[in-house]
Amino acid sequence: MQISPVLWQFLTKWLTSSALWPDQASTIAPWADALYIFLWLMTVVGVILVGALVLFFAIRYRKERHPEAVQIEGSTLLEATWTIIPLGIFLFVFVWGAWLYFRIYNPPADAMQVYVVGKQWMWKAEHPGGQHEINALHVPMGRPVQLTMISQDVFHSYSIPAFRVKREVIPGRYTTVWFNATKPGTYHLFCTQYCGTLHSGMVGEITVMDPADYQKWTEESTSGMSLAQNGERLFASLGCISCHSGNATASGPNLAGIYGSKIKMDDGTEQVATDGFLRDVILNPSQHVPYGYKPIMPTYQGQISEEGLIDLVEYIKSLKTNYRVQQTLDTSKSDDAAPITPAASQKVTQ
Amino acid sequence: MSTIVSLPDQSTATLPKKNYINAEHGLLSWLLTADHKRIALLYMFSITFFFFIGGFFAGMVRLELLTPAGDLMAADTYNKMFTMHGIVMIFLFLVPSVPATLGNFFLPIMIGAKDLAFPKINLLSWYLYMAAGIFVITTLVLGGVDTGWTFTTPLSTHYLNTHVATTATGIFIAGFSSIFTGLNFIVTVHRMRAPGMTWFRLPLFVWSNYAASVLMVLGTPVLAIAIVLVALERTIGIGVFDPTKGGDPLLFQHLFWFYSHPAVYIMILPGFGVISEVVSTFTRKRVFGYTAVAFSSVAIAVFGFFVWAHHMFIMGVSNYSALVFSLLTMLVAVPSAIKIFNWAFTMQKGSITFETPMLYVFGFIGLFTIGGLTGVFLGSLGMDVMLTETYFVVAHFHFVMVGGMLMAFLAGIHFWWPKMTGRMYPEGVSKFAAVVTFIGFILTFFPQFVVGYLGMPRRYAAYPPEYQVLNVLSTAGATVLGVGYMLPLFYLAWSLKYGAIAGSNPWQATGLEWQIQSPPLTENFTETPIVTQEAYDYEWLAKKQERELQHVG
Ligand code: HEM
Ligand SMILES: [Cu+2]
Repeated sequence: MQISPVLWQFLTKWLTSSALWPDQASTIAPWADALYIFLWLMTVVGVILVGALVLFFAIRYRKERHPEAVQIEGSTLLEATWTIIPLGIFLFVFVWGAWLYFRIYNPPADAMQVYVVGKQWMWKAEHPGGQHEINALHVPMGRPVQLTMISQDVFHSYSIPAFRVKREVIPGRYTTVWFNATKPGTYHLFCTQYCGTLHSGMVGEITVMDPADYQKWTEESTSGMSLAQNGERLFASLGCISCHSGNATASGPNLAGIYGSKIKMDDGTEQVATDGFLRDVILNPSQHVPYGYKPIMPTYQGQISEEGLIDLVEYIKSLKTNYRVQQTLDTSKSDDAAPITPAASQKVTQ
Repeated sequence: MSTIVSLPDQSTATLPKKNYINAEHGLLSWLLTADHKRIALLYMFSITFFFFIGGFFAGMVRLELLTPAGDLMAADTYNKMFTMHGIVMIFLFLVPSVPATLGNFFLPIMIGAKDLAFPKINLLSWYLYMAAGIFVITTLVLGGVDTGWTFTTPLSTHYLNTHVATTATGIFIAGFSSIFTGLNFIVTVHRMRAPGMTWFRLPLFVWSNYAASVLMVLGTPVLAIAIVLVALERTIGIGVFDPTKGGDPLLFQHLFWFYSHPAVYIMILPGFGVISEVVSTFTRKRVFGYTAVAFSSVAIAVFGFFVWAHHMFIMGVSNYSALVFSLLTMLVAVPSAIKIFNWAFTMQKGSITFETPMLYVFGFIGLFTIGGLTGVFLGSLGMDVMLTETYFVVAHFHFVMVGGMLMAFLAGIHFWWPKMTGRMYPEGVSKFAAVVTFIGFILTFFPQFVVGYLGMPRRYAAYPPEYQVLNVLSTAGATVLGVGYMLPLFYLAWSLKYGAIAGSNPWQATGLEWQIQSPPLTENFTETPIVTQEAYDYEWLAKKQERELQHVG
């Protein structure tokens, strides 16, 4: 930055406290604003430069003052100058923007997870503890929060101007966005991708609370069941348990500890078990056959809502060890003997 | 105004007895004409008609946004309004605007040809354009469509019961119209140049229309494919875009933007051509760095095909492909910057006059510079995350397309009006209109940059009250702008009857089109010209005029 730090401070303070500036309420916001201010400086300087040139020539060489035009070919030096200087500036902007983009879209590992389902025309948020909200989101201040989002129907887009983040919410795949809120308050939540009749009604409020208040809020709005617990119930009621029992004789792999691991597939490739992968296996099992298993799993397409899928995925995520499967097994099929090291888990390469 | 000097032998007070307008009479002679100049006028009427239809919808959109509540019309009516505004303005106005009117009229003359290579295909492409227009009007009569001009699936395929298929058919047909125009231009430029008219003697207007034609021919089929797939998905559910059938909803975005990004260059490149012609004429100078300007058009056309995914930075494309598309986007911004400086430096050591076309050029340079630089905001990955899908984008593309393209179009209309009609437009009121347009434009669209960064999403019928002040400014500006656009309609019509006789070369310009009578003969030239000079050779012009003077004397 060519501009002195004091001036810069003054500029940002003055600008950001005016009504023409959005709230700055996340750790990303100051970084985004710095680039935005730089880009406007670039624009203003560019426009003034071009404007001054044109005005100067228009006055200096108007017909009354300069009746005979002098023909000029062009000038390689000048043209090289105005090719290279903009190119240099644009490349600088490219690097800066790319750096910001990676900052915006690479979540820290310890982020708190919240799920969002978009549908015409509402935002449903689900906290891991089972708290549900519609067109609202409560988040603690000073803690990275990652949203894993999916749409149930058309494209939507989750936008929080005060946090300077936005991400498309797409049918059929999970997208994620994260932020770390820095200022308590309520902020706008918009759907920015045109999604049909009530698009402009698909708005909500983000409430940033300090951690203690957030703690209180979660306790007050709990439904008693966490997402993983809901998922566990689904796991049993949809019959998943019959194959994924963790039993040596079971026809499907043990799911304990599978989340985040690399899985060897029947076609020789390796896949990482991400949220999106797990969702896809449940819906299109025939396309994801793990090495050593028969393609016998039925598809659950059309039988589970997006919320249900989220519950299932959250449940599978929670299966850190065999212990949970074991417990489930014990409660649902108490007459089966529990194997100590399920053979299936050996096929999962960590 | 003092510069309207016509050649002595043409300063007769009447129009030439024989010209393309009175060559034949009757409606049928217009509807069945194969004369590129008459077809250009057919286009001119129809495009103007659709421009004002599109403008009406813009007015309704702005009126609704005067207050934060969605109180003027129901939400779905509003959605239909901006959809029709976008579809009409893009497909029925911007894409054909300069090429189909001014290009059609002047491209053959500028290269010394009697007509385009395929005169009947040229007429066919007007009929296709009209058929497309009829489909769009039909949609309106039937109750409208609310997809937005981008037709995003699965919204357009599964979730809307409006007349998507009718509109899509219209756009499909409009696509063929522009493919035919493009083909016609390409073949004409390759095959029909007069003896001596080498590539580097071509006026820059021809270069830029040529580059735009290449984009039309290569890009439009992809739009056609995307539209057909949408139609098939709607009717028989083929499922290419449907995730529940294993399809990919992002595929549509890729196909659509593969056309629609180059399409913005289809829209703006011909405008660049107009600017080059006008700047050269009113500074009386060769365009500074002719070759750089010509090649930057070609560079834009080539690079234009590799940046489509910059419309998808927030859609979950991989971070690394986002990097590549952002980098390419920055590269494509450079040729436009080059042109701006070339135009500015064309004025250096010129002998400049300020007729209306030149005022529009000043407007163009200012607005297009802002439009272009705000495009750099959107090409920059991290910044795009905040700005995309907000009013910042609306402001940016209006600066480029309306501030840029429409200013260029108006510059071109005024510049060539004397040639097309044989009469001058009234200078005073037209200068006034140019200034009104400029002020109205800034007032309308500048506040949208601000409200966009504040977070106001586009395509919203209702919005939080704190955005109102900026929206009121914008609506007020739109009213002024509307007046600016209406004025030419009246005074140009007036000039058809009362305008001063223009003579063959009122601006003392060098192009071949100015060396023939106004309005021209049906066959353009009485004998095929032999070109011995480069474009914008004012010394050649002076010598030629001297010879003609002696001839008369
Ligand atoms: C008085 C002049 C104009 C005004 C006040 C105006 C206003 C607007 C507004 C407010 C929108 C945003 C709608 C929304 O996103 O909610 C819009 C969209 C658009 N405008 Fe204009 N506009 C004007 C002229 C033009 C012209 C001349 C063109 C093209 C030649 C144009 C092309 C478009 C396009 C393509 C869209 C996108 C539509 C969509 O989002 O589907 N506009 N205009
Ligand atoms: Cu939405």
